[in-house]
Formats: sequence, structure tokens, C-alpha cells
Amino acid sequence: MIDSKVLERHGLKPDEYDRIVAFMGREPNLTELGIFSVMWSEHCSYKSSRVHLKTLPTGGPQVLQGPGENAGAVDIGDGLAAVFKIESHNHPSFIEPYQGAATGVGGIIRDIFTMGARPIALLNSLRFGSLDDAGTRRILEGVVAGIAGYGNSIGIPTVGGEIAFEPCYAGNPLVNVFCLGIAKATDIIKGVASGVGNAVYYVGAKTGRDGIHGATMASAEFDDKSAEKRPAVQVGDPFMEKLLLEACLEVMKTDALIGIQDMGAAGLTCSTTEMGSRGGAGVEIDVSLVPQRETGMTPYEIMLSESQERMLLVVKRGREAEVERIFDKWDLHASHIGEVTADGMLRVKERGAVVAEIPNGALTDEAPLYHRPMATPEYLADVRKLDLDELAAATPETGTSAGGTLLALLGSPAIGSKRWVYRQYDHMVRTNTVNLPGMGAGVVRIKETGRALAMSVDGNGRYCYLDPRHGAMLAVAEAARNVACAGAKPLAATNCLNFGNPERPAIMWQLAQAIEGIGEACRALDTPITGGNVSLYNETDGRAIYPTPVIGIVGVLEHADRVVTRRFQAADDVIVLLGEGRGELGGSEYLKMVHGIVRGVPPALDLAAERALQTLLVELAAERLMRSAHDCSDGGLAVTLAECCFDTDGIGADVAIDRLAVARAESVNRAAALFGESASRVVVSAAPEAVSEVVRRASAAGVPSRIIGRTGGRSLRIAVGGDIAVDVTVADAERAWADAVQRYFAKRVA
Amino acid sequence: MRARVFVTLKTSVFDPQGKTIADALHSLGYGGVEDVRQGKYFELDLATSEAAQARAMASEVADKLLANPVIESYRIEVD
Amino acid sequence: MTFGIVVFPGSNCDHDAYHAAKHVLGQDAEFIWHKDEDLKGADVLILPGGFSYGDYLRTGAIARFSPIMHAVRAFAGRGGPVLGICNGFQILLEAGLIPGAMLRNRSVKFQCEHVHVRVEQLDTPFTAACRSGQVLRLPIAHGEGNYFAPPDVIARLETNRQIVFRYTNAEGQVTDEANPNGSAAAIAGLCNEARNVVGLMPHPERACESALGSADGLRVFESAVESIKSGALVARA
Repeated sequence: MIDSKVLERHGLKPDEYDRIVAFMGREPNLTELGIFSVMWSEHCSYKSSRVHLKTLPTGGPQVLQGPGENAGAVDIGDGLAAVFKIESHNHPSFIEPYQGAATGVGGIIRDIFTMGARPIALLNSLRFGSLDDAGTRRILEGVVAGIAGYGNSIGIPTVGGEIAFEPCYAGNPLVNVFCLGIAKATDIIKGVASGVGNAVYYVGAKTGRDGIHGATMASAEFDDKSAEKRPAVQVGDPFMEKLLLEACLEVMKTDALIGIQDMGAAGLTCSTTEMGSRGGAGVEIDVSLVPQRETGMTPYEIMLSESQERMLLVVKRGREAEVERIFDKWDLHASHIGEVTADGMLRVKERGAVVAEIPNGALTDEAPLYHRPMATPEYLADVRKLDLDELAAATPETGTSAGGTLLALLGSPAIGSKRWVYRQYDHMVRTNTVNLPGMGAGVVRIKETGRALAMSVDGNGRYCYLDPRHGAMLAVAEAARNVACAGAKPLAATNCLNFGNPERPAIMWQLAQAIEGIGEACRALDTPITGGNVSLYNETDGRAIYPTPVIGIVGVLEHADRVVTRRFQAADDVIVLLGEGRGELGGSEYLKMVHGIVRGVPPALDLAAERALQTLLVELAAERLMRSAHDCSDGGLAVTLAECCFDTDGIGADVAIDRLAVARAESVNRAAALFGESASRVVVSAAPEAVSEVVRRASAAGVPSRIIGRTGGRSLRIAVGGDIAVDVTVADAERAWADAVQRYFAKRVA
Repeated sequence: MRARVFVTLKTSVFDPQGKTIADALHSLGYGGVEDVRQGKYFELDLATSEAAQARAMASEVADKLLANPVIESYRIEVD
Repeated sequence: MTFGIVVFPGSNCDHDAYHAAKHVLGQDAEFIWHKDEDLKGADVLILPGGFSYGDYLRTGAIARFSPIMHAVRAFAGRGGPVLGICNGFQILLEAGLIPGAMLRNRSVKFQCEHVHVRVEQLDTPFTAACRSGQVLRLPIAHGEGNYFAPPDVIARLETNRQIVFRYTNAEGQVTDEANPNGSAAAIAGLCNEARNVVGLMPHPERACESALGSADGLRVFESAVESIKSGALVARA
């Protein structure tokens, strides 16, 4: 009955099947095989990545909950905890952009409130192919509409994020969603089942046949047959989730729960097994008691269904009626479907008869652990070679033509304003949003305490393609730097690792390297990883995406009213550059846009210097010494300076920087000075009377600083080595930037 | 018995969704589709086997909830 | 005085209205669950923003049948001040307490951004503390804010001075560009004939603290407090 074809359909290898037989002491039946197939899938078991993920730093006095639960949690003072995580929904978003993205949002929100935290902010990191392609535009529109449709409806503000465009994501878009919630540190609830005889309850939407084998779909590449997998995408119901959220938070206040977990990937199977495993207990349920919205569902289908908006609860003995009453108030029906047992088994019954019986441990702790082979990719040696002098010949820039390049960079979708997108997200609901999208890190205040939380999600696929370890370090540094620029001390991190097929040694090497880089950077910056997600098999017809680790960092601002944005505040303020530019063009946006190449090595990163810079920024913000702060990233210093002028009603700047003393063509040096992406640099503006203090503190912190100009006028003028290289009006620059993404979609209907 | 209720925007009401769809079809090469109006379709499973009663029930439900009389009109099919 | 904030399944901005009334304005505030039948002694009612019933079928179409709406209707009938914000306005329209209906924004997209509205009438409980022609900077966040009514109804609204807020630019001029969603006659907010029920699409409760970008919305809440205290409105729940 179970032959090689059946195994293949379940994504199980013959040796994995042998392991199953060994654990069970017999051959599994089809339902049991289905349960193993989802729990042992890459998506649920992390079999390819677990050995490497174990090397990440996860501890620290600020960590209340590390990896292993539904989300991580950190202490943010006043007895409160920030509960947060980032997750991917990549494959479904290619198949059905709106619902794929919407259900991704729904899933991460559930992971937060299942811990007892009220979700208060969302961020997202999206990656697509080129907007010149109609298919990409369709996917982006659908994804954005889906995120908006779900997030707005449930009333959680989307306060920021990032969007990147590279050809490699055309057939494999990345949709990573981050959610953060607040809970009392002592009230965090775990996903655990314990206490023999305690009732297991199911609440939420009825179970249907949607998403069956969604976990295995996320663990496989796309090919021509992908269209057939269409039934694996579910339709989200944000209204149901809103009711669940409010009802669950109300139930949690009563302390009647032992544990609770949401049903996400692998639905009922995953939640029952994991809760039992964590509690060292067994869980027994009867599928005939599970509310169903289709007829004739088999135990196999019920256990594997990925219908959305469902929660599994374990209730303390004697408190069942109380819990049921609260759910009834919200017009939700909580169904008693099973019990906690003592034998550590997952036991599935149908109308009283046992139809599946598996030791919990076999499904979780004993899931396959792979040490996949790794090998340096063949493309690497060549792609790291970058002959900038060769480029000089192709770089026509003279005089102020660098201004034209700047306008082109500002007008490119990668760098340009994303307002067309975030305008569709309600970013103000709950009246906590202190930093509007596009102003830097997302910042939400905590009304009860006067503090605020800053958060940012960042990644750079190009850098990681050129050097996965170093690129991953740069991603961590950038996310933490964005948080520090807002004035918040970075506290902890979450990661979403988006990679290709790990069965290919080159990809596995990229993954292992990236994890090493994340580990080193997180240790140096004291931002332990509290949880995250791995998304593998992001490939189509054997072509993988760039290795793309996305890092989310959360920080605390002691005083919400001392938040700092990227905008210049007044004319005649002094502009200070913190950090040092080395004119590094490897993997830069400039190189890609102007010369059409992705080559070289990513910018160098001195983690100790980065840490000193971030500590300084937090201090300067706390002392109200900075009027604005913006870090240099895509497009380099010139882009950063331009962005500081936007949304200011036209405040310009007059800036002079030194020429780079590198022995190569002047035109290249000029481009590198303006558009090079050297790390650990921040453009700060300060009131004239505050500047000397800023410089003094920078010096005391060992952070290089240089006064490079003044705000004012209606133009952005940048001189390099005494020669004006950029002279554009802020109006022209802002217009190009404002139109960058919008021009692909703008068409007023009436 | 099943009743089908078709709810459409009144002709005097501008339909931005319909126009967007028409524009999309034009850009796909269907210039022959001159206009599109978007509406809603409801299937009601009714506890009656009499057509006249089904029509009356569907009509009442449409008036009360399914259609907004300020901007929508409806028609009913019963089989 | 007490602000009563009605909570429907799916309401999201109830907490924001509560915060504005209680913590910013310093008044008493109570939540009123949609299944309740009494209004807990509220002096002013707020139907807050959000996505009641997920906006399924039509926005506000199902919430208007909630049990609490009997009491709301009666309160309004006695002259009690009622403010419908965004989804709350949509519910008032579906309930027939204010004439007209909402269509999808003409952009066919949800829009969250700051806009300007001009105060057209000062003799309502929610504009009494405003100046004539005052321009308020308020956030909108909606996908269905495109107000529609047949021409004869619009004409009547104009004649009866029931248009309370109109979308304008920062200088207070009505222009097509300043109209974010295509609303007929640039209507951002209306009142009923008796002038005690007001609905508006922008969110004044999101503009009560300058830290959030604008404090112009406070005027709307202050007007209610002023109207009650001056005895201009005497209805009690």
C-alpha cells in the first residue's frame, strides 16, 4: 500500500521511511504516514538547518523566551515584554499573491497572541523581480493588497518594512512578515500540554480541505506542475482572527489555560504534537469532534488540513465552562476534542476508534537531522573580481553629471519612495505610531510607560550572493543601526532565512555561512536571536534566489518623545557624518544600475566600530543632541543626504566631502565617494550650538566624525574634493524619488 | 428550493472597480469589451418547495440585507 | 460627562477613541458591547472605526442590525449626540440615521494618510468649539469612503446645511486633487436633519496629540464636552 510513489508524494525519502518503521515498531498506516510527512518536512522540522541554527546566540539577561516557542520575548522594562517573530509565506504568495500574503500576515499574528501578547505592530520585507515585468507588477499588487486587506481589517498597524527588486526573485517572490506584541512579562503563555486529564479544546474556523500538504509544498521547488498545487493556498478570514484574538486575550486574563498554540503549518498535527512534546505529555483527540465545514473528511485530511484561524487550547480542570462562556460571548464555539494523557503519544481517534498512534518524540525531537554536504559555489571566485578601472572607461561622469546619476538612483524602485505601497496599509490604528513609514525604523509608543519600541527588518540579497557570511553580518548591522538611528537601544533579533535548495552543496554552503555571519554579528552587537523561520527551496527550474537572510531587530527608546527621524528639521543646522567612507562599490546599487553588474565584495564591516556607533546614536538621541539621523545604505552617502531633505518642505543642504585617496580613475573615485556603500556610517544633523558636544561624544566613543556641511537653501549640493559634483534642486530630487514606484501603477480611475 | 439573487449597482452610480476591470481587459487586448459593471451573486438555500414563496423570501432578504437600496438594485431567479 | 463607545465585533478604533476621551481629554469613558441593551448613562455616543463584521457584504451592513442599535436609535431620537467615525459613519448610513451610502474609493485602493477638511457648520455637538471655515488636518484610513447620494438628496443636504466637513487643501479650498476618494460634493462628514448625529470618514481620535502628527482632532471631542456642559443638549441615555 505504501510504495515509492506514495512516499514521493509525501516528500519522504526511503531512508526516512525506514526510520519511521523503526520508531513505530511496525509499518505506519496512511494517516500516520501523512502525519510524519508534515512533521518531518523541511518547513516543520528544519532538518537541513537545525545543526547550523544551534550555533546562533540565543541568551542574554534581556531574553525572556528564546527559540523553541511560537515567538520570542524580551524584557522591555516596567514588567512588560515585547513578543515578536518574523515568518515567511513565499511559495503561497507566488501561487496566489493576495491570499498567500494575507494568510502569512494571519499566521504571524497568531504566533504572537498565542503567547499572551496583544499584537501592536507589523512590518514586512518583500522581494520581487523587476517592475518592468507585468507579472511582477501583478504579484506585487496582490501581495500588498493582501497584507493590507488582512492587517487593516484586524486593526494592527503596518508601521514599516522594506521592498527590494532583483531578477532572481521573479519566479520566487519573498514575503516575510514580522509582528510584535506586548504582554506582561509574568503572563507569557507557552504552547504546552500538561496535566493528565486536562481538556484539549479547539476554537476558531471550521476545518476544511484547504492547504493539505502546504508544509510539503513549502519544502519543494516550483516547476511546471506548480499550478496543480493551487488548492494548497487558503483564504484568510481576518474577521474571524480578530474575534479569536480578542476572545483568547480575554481567556488568558483568567489564567484558566495551561497552554495554547495556533494551528499553522501542518495544522492540528503540529499543534497537538508540539504541545505534547513540550509538556512531556501525550495528547489524544477524536477527529469526529473537530468542527468541519466539508462533508466526508477523513482523519488524514482533518489532521493535515491547514485551514486558517484555528487555535488549540489546554484548559485547567474545572475551568472549562468559564472558557466556553468567554468564547460564546464572541460568537465563537470552543469544542472539547480531547485530553492530555500520560503516555507521550499522539493518539488520533475517529468516533472512539484509534486511527493513528505515534510517540510525540518521534515527530519532534527525533525528526531527521541532516548534516548536508556543503561546497563553495563555482560562481563565487569569478564574481568577486571587480575591475573598477575598466569601469572608468564606461563612466562618462564629469562635472555635475553625478547629479543625473543621483536622480536616476532616487528614481529607481529599489531606492525610491515606497509610499504607493505603505499608503495602502493602515499605519496609524491604535494611535501608537510615532514614526510614520518611510521615516526610518518603525516606532510605536507604549502608552502606559512613556517608552517606545523601534523595529526594523533588513536584508541584502546581492551582498549575500557575493559573500553570504559577510552579507548576513551586514544585514544584522543595518537592522540594528536603523533602530539605533531612531534613538533606541537594540535588544534582540529574529531572522528569516530565505534560500534555495539545500540538497545542493553550494546552497547549503550559503546557508551555513549566513548563519555563521548572523551569529558573529548578533554576539558583537548583543542582539540574541529569539526565534525565526527558515524558508528553503526558493528556486524555479533549478535557478535559486540570492541567499537572502532577513533580520528583524527590536530596540527600546526610554522616552518616546525623543524619537529621531531621517528628516532635516531646520535650515542652518550642521551636518555631521559619523563613520568613514572607503568608497566601496562592490555589490552596490550604483554598480547594478549604472553599469548593469553585480560583482565585487560587499563593504567591510568592523563590528566593534559598528557597536560603538550604535551606542553613540542612542546616547545622542537621549540627550536630544541630534535633530535627525539617517544611515547610509543603498546608493551611498549622496542618496542618504537627499533622503534627509525629503518631506521637509524643501530644506536643502550644502555638503563638502574629501576626495578618496585611492589610486584609480578620478571618475570612479568620485562615484565611489558619492555612491559607495561603506558600512557603519550615519548622517546626523544638529543645531549649531549642539555640534561641538556631538563631536566631543563621538570622539570619546571612538567613532570617526566629520562636519560635512549645513542644511538650508532649496538645493542639494555636494562637492567632492572641492569640486561641485552634485547640484540638484530638492524639488527635482524629491519628484524623482516620489514617482519611483508609483509610476508603474498610477492610473486614476476617475 | 434554491433562489439566486443578483445585486448590481444602479446605473447612475459610478463603479470604480468595474472601470478598473475594463481597463485591465483593454490592456490585455480585449478592446471589444466596452464596459464592465461589477456586482454580487448570492445563492440562498430556502426551506420551501414553492417557487412563489421562495421568490417572496428571497425578495424580503434582499430588501433587508443583501442590497443597499441607495446604490444597488437586484433581480431574483428561482429554480 | 461620559463618552460611550460602542464596540461591535471587528471594531478596532474603540480603544483609540477611549484613549482620546479619557486620557487626553480627561473625561469618563465606557465601552458598550454591541449585545448590551443599555447605554450605561453615556452623555455622548461614539460609533468607532474598524472593520465591523469584517466589512463583509458591505461595510456597516451587518452591524446596523446589532441589538445595541435599538438603544442608539432611541438615544438619537431623543436628541442625544452621536458621532460615527469611519466605520461608525458607514454604520449610521446603513442604519438610515444619515442619508446616503459609501462606495469604494475611486482609486480602488485603501488609503491611509493625512488630509485636510474644512468645518462647514458650527451648530452640531461635534463642531461647536471650532471656528467658521476652520481647516483641520486629520488622518483617513479607508477603502470605502467615496460618499454617494442621488443628486436630489445632495441638493437637500446642501440646502439644509447638513454637510459638516468637506475635503479641502491646506488652504481650505475645495479642489478635485484634495478629494482623496471621489466623494460627491467633497463630503467628508454629514449630520442628520436634527443636527445631533454626525458622521465623518476622517479619524479625529487619531489626531489628539501632536506627537502623532496633528492635534486638530481634539476640537471634535472638545466640542462635545462644551455642548453638554453648556446645556445645549439635554438628552441622556
